[in-house]
Amino acid sequence: MTALLRIDDVSVHFPIRKGLLQKQVGEVRAVEGVTLSLQRGEAFGLVGESGCGKTTLARTVLRLVDPTLGAIWFDGTNISDLRGKALAPYRKQVAAIFQDPFSSLNPRMTSGQILSEVLHVHAFDGSIPDRVSELLSLCGLAPRFADLYPHEMSGGQRQRVGIARALALDPELIVCDEAVSALDVSIQAQIINLLEELRVKFGLTYLFIGHDLSVVRHLCDRLAVMYLGRIMETGTSDEIFSSPRHPYTQALIDAVPAPDPDGEDAREHVNLAGEIPSPLDPPSGCVFHTRCPIAFSKCATDVPPLQRLGGHHAASCFAIDQNKKTTDPKIRNAKSQ
Amino acid sequence: MPLLDTQNLTVSLTQDGIETPLVRDVSFSVERGETLAIVGESGSGKSVSSLAIMGLLAKALQIQSGRILFEGRDLRTLDDEALRQMRGRDMSMVFQEPMTSLNPVRSIGSQIIESIEENLGFSRSDARARAIDLLKEVGVADAERRLKQYPHHFSGGMRQRVMIAIALAAEPKLIIADEPTTALDVTIQAQILDLMARICKDHGTALILITHNLGIVARYAQRVNVMYGGRIVESGDARAIYNAPRHPYSEGLLRSVPRLDQDRSIPLKPIQGSPADPFTSISGCRFHPRCPYATHICKQEVPPFTAGVACHFPLTADALESAS
Repeated sequence: MTALLRIDDVSVHFPIRKGLLQKQVGEVRAVEGVTLSLQRGEAFGLVGESGCGKTTLARTVLRLVDPTLGAIWFDGTNISDLRGKALAPYRKQVAAIFQDPFSSLNPRMTSGQILSEVLHVHAFDGSIPDRVSELLSLCGLAPRFADLYPHEMSGGQRQRVGIARALALDPELIVCDEAVSALDVSIQAQIINLLEELRVKFGLTYLFIGHDLSVVRHLCDRLAVMYLGRIMETGTSDEIFSSPRHPYTQALIDAVPAPDPDGEDAREHVNLAGEIPSPLDPPSGCVFHTRCPIAFSKCATDVPPLQRLGGHHAASCFAIDQNKKTTDPKIRNAKSQ
Repeated sequence: MPLLDTQNLTVSLTQDGIETPLVRDVSFSVERGETLAIVGESGSGKSVSSLAIMGLLAKALQIQSGRILFEGRDLRTLDDEALRQMRGRDMSMVFQEPMTSLNPVRSIGSQIIESIEENLGFSRSDARARAIDLLKEVGVADAERRLKQYPHHFSGGMRQRVMIAIALAAEPKLIIADEPTTALDVTIQAQILDLMARICKDHGTALILITHNLGIVARYAQRVNVMYGGRIVESGDARAIYNAPRHPYSEGLLRSVPRLDQDRSIPLKPIQGSPADPFTSISGCRFHPRCPYATHICKQEVPPFTAGVACHFPLTADALESAS
């Protein structure tokens, strides 16, 4: 079976220009040599902190940013070279849900107008008003919501309209960029359940970008952990959360407090030292070596390749063989290695 | 005598002549040196009640009734000048977005030094030495050089460290931190919260930690107030509430969050509907439209706050067992 989406050794570099002549003085390597593939019907997560390149990668998949190197294959077609009109069929099959529905919905249009517009632009054959009510009801909104403007709705309701818009053209792939991050806890759970329900119902594929590990683990079958533009570790949710092998993944998991006072008291915490380096000037060798508790001299000079660990699991770390003691996500002791 | 004792606090917003209560009859106290978490969603009144304590309410917001006793002194009886002196010296605040609470056109050093001179009456050189000590204490490396830098030279985490240094400058007895790490990455969040916990422990400072993150409460707080629709709906020992929530809203919150320490196939049980909008009038218990257990009386009568919970039919451990 061919993958629905294949990201093939993609790098995205942004030039930094200065001065009157806009001479290029450097570049930001936002994404560096990322290879991933998404099977039809799965939810794939991209996690990482600010500057890790997860949003740039998502924007590259959406063709809002061009890859500097590498190619993106969708359903057997290389879409990274397509321009203008040639992209139209792809745009129908790929949709996006963004973090803040307030800024991604036009404040001067009712949700009915927002949804009709998408259908209209892509020459939907059928009754547009019927499709609008169908979309609203799929997302748990009563037909009267078609007449409401974004400011008349709550955050959760607005996000439902954002999801309805993404569903409008029956896409294959939906890129969810921090789609539940701006919502209140009780609403977040509603939207997570809605996304899951829709995926099963329509056989959708999700590329889910998030910084909240518990949300990504809950929603996604497989995921990749990114740091400063590179993939540190990838695998199924179970592989990554029950036996994380990259010290960065281990630290990320450790940093998430669990809503369980007894568990938190029993857990020993090892915080990562230092800050995330600037992607303008990333560290040499392994980009994580400056904060890594187990780094040794080779890490500062050589880039570790992504090493297969069996199953879907792979990690890019030189110390992978020494760093496999941790099997229980509650007991993390990367430092004692 | 508790350090802070808030009694029956009600705060209203006046807009176009209409009064809307945002905080309703809230009472709680904070003991010296303890960490109290206030949890709630948007519009729950968690930030407004802490701004009221600090005397930092915007003009349109007014305390309608209630008392705020700090070491027995009623803050509402103090004039602006007396209150200004208490801020910084006795209590201080750390906000969510450090970029908006630091002055972008003044160096970090001048902002820290100013607050030390102001609150402790130090000379400039003593204040500078103290500023360097403070920055070192909050983990800012190369403190002498960084004093001369401006907020935009600092990363989000470093700016929050500076805010903590400023809050700490006069060794206040109480720090109120309003979503101090919500804007930060998760590894930086852990650093900042551990730093705050260590500092409060070392200095015996009481901390009110306002957050929406139930994990943070579990890791850092001993006691917790759960707020909904402007009221405290449940209050007590964090462990007791997490193990056996008594208010249906607390239970709903705990079941809404995906957890790393549980099987990922456990489905989330969201609370239906949206958080109570302060501008919509809701009769009886403000949670009743979303409550799976609501009955007739819940629609009519505001449940009194008794024994740590404001609910007509508080959950019992047995009921929780059979529901799950």
